[in-house]
Amino acid sequence: MTRKFRLRPRAEQKVVQFFLYLLTSLAILVLVFILVVILKNGLPQLSLEFLTKNPVHMGKEGGIFSTIVATIYLTFIALLVATPLGVGTAIYLTEYTFEGKITRIIRFGAECLAGIPSIIFGLFGFILFVNKLKFGWSILSGGLTLAFMVLPTIIRTSEEAIKSVPAAYRLVSYSLGSTRWQTVTRVVLPSAAPGIVTGVILSIGRSIGETAAVIFTAGSALHLPSSIFSSARTMSVHFYILAREGISMSKAYGTAAVLVISILLINIVTYYLMGKYIRQSSSE
Amino acid sequence: MMSKSKPDDRLIKLSLLMVALTAITVLAVITIFIFEQGLPIMLKYGLKNFLFGQDWYPSEKSFGLLPMIVGSLLVTLGALLIGVPLGLASAIFLTEFSSRRLSRFLKPVIELLAGIPSVVYGFLGLMFLVPFIRENLGGPGLSVLAASIILGIMILPTIISISIDSIRAVPDSYREGSIALGATKWQTVRMVVLPAARSGLVAGIILGMGRAIGETMAVIMVAGNAADLPASWLAPVRTLTSNIALEMAYASGEHRQALFATGVVLFVIIMILNFLANLAARKQSGR
Repeated sequence: MTRKFRLRPRAEQKVVQFFLYLLTSLAILVLVFILVVILKNGLPQLSLEFLTKNPVHMGKEGGIFSTIVATIYLTFIALLVATPLGVGTAIYLTEYTFEGKITRIIRFGAECLAGIPSIIFGLFGFILFVNKLKFGWSILSGGLTLAFMVLPTIIRTSEEAIKSVPAAYRLVSYSLGSTRWQTVTRVVLPSAAPGIVTGVILSIGRSIGETAAVIFTAGSALHLPSSIFSSARTMSVHFYILAREGISMSKAYGTAAVLVISILLINIVTYYLMGKYIRQSSSE
Repeated sequence: MMSKSKPDDRLIKLSLLMVALTAITVLAVITIFIFEQGLPIMLKYGLKNFLFGQDWYPSEKSFGLLPMIVGSLLVTLGALLIGVPLGLASAIFLTEFSSRRLSRFLKPVIELLAGIPSVVYGFLGLMFLVPFIRENLGGPGLSVLAASIILGIMILPTIISISIDSIRAVPDSYREGSIALGATKWQTVRMVVLPAARSGLVAGIILGMGRAIGETMAVIMVAGNAADLPASWLAPVRTLTSNIALEMAYASGEHRQALFATGVVLFVIIMILNFLANLAARKQSGR
């Protein structure tokens, strides 16, 4: 039955190619549209004042300085905790053990953790850090919650980076009489550094953009945070509240532009590093 | 000096093992907390009432999650209906039919867009898509359709980028063999390349699905959030994630526990998806 109505293969290919072209253009156009709208409406809102003044009247006026500071604090704590844990896990998986039951359990844990939605991390952080450990809504609670959220990313990228260090490096190091730890810290990690940094930078981007996990752990206080125990509102949370409660669409666009530009810059740096890293390792 | 700087290898190994167990420990703690907080109330009022009850009136102790379960599944299905054809088509076009230069340029661009925070997608949905639907298709605009489109766009970069990777992983010799037998390029793609890349493509789609079902803030902004079974694609809808986020700020007592029960349901759905993704990925690497 299908035989009768089948197009000639060459004609079929032309038709398919046309539709693929159409769908691809649509996908790319939509994605580019999003970027253009944010920048077009957001860039005019940006000024030195917007970046350096605190929000006034719930954000209706003034700038977003306190939310930038809160975002930096939170991201810093998250990475301070997640980086050693993630890199340590990767070192253990690649250098200190063989594939077996334990590595399977560890990988399973990391994979499942990567799939858990941020709102569940928010609930977890709320129960553990805000309530049980009595940190309250604070930068510390938010930062720790984010740390566990980005941990799987850091583990995976570090593992890839360490695995791609040529085995010859290790052999040479051992043959010179180094211990395993010396080999790891002086030979393997320095060679894997660009790849590890890539994972860390990606995690910074994710922390900056996160809303659901942060709003229930760091709260949404608008003042400038004075310590890691003060509640704080990050840029994403501020943007969400501005837009959802209709406080000020122009300020929302401005905040969105700052968010998107910083994340794009971070991702571009990552790409640059990764490209350099790949060129480097392929030329060896 | 040398021996001084040489710490005990076994001690290091043990500490690294402790560090490496963090991820699985955190996973266990999250699971225990969510179930500890959410399961008792589910058992108290009956699992059936939670999963199949249609009325969500927390103040009257009526905790039916069915509208939210249906809501989550509907918007996720809608997101896949939009994201998968667009994503797969883009991936096929960029790997098999476009010039190398174009795909070298576009893949990073698409991956950059994967970093745009979900709240931004939600905001643009609220500003452009919701009014468009309200004026042209009717209804309040805040709807299943709006949420599906926003989520579909949001998961596009994920699906495109993973699909490109798995299509590129198909050895060139497969393509050459097929072309040598006289197949056209499209026949080669359809009968050789796509089947060979299938499990990678499935894994990418399941990952996108997980992202869609787990998304919270973007959905809240465009879905309307009424806790009723949606009557059509143009009716407002509330998802499991939004149910938690909308009411967590003021909920207490059994109401709060019911929100954790919502978390339990979401958690179980996500775990099933993860399991399927792992299965698909393992199939790919075992080939």
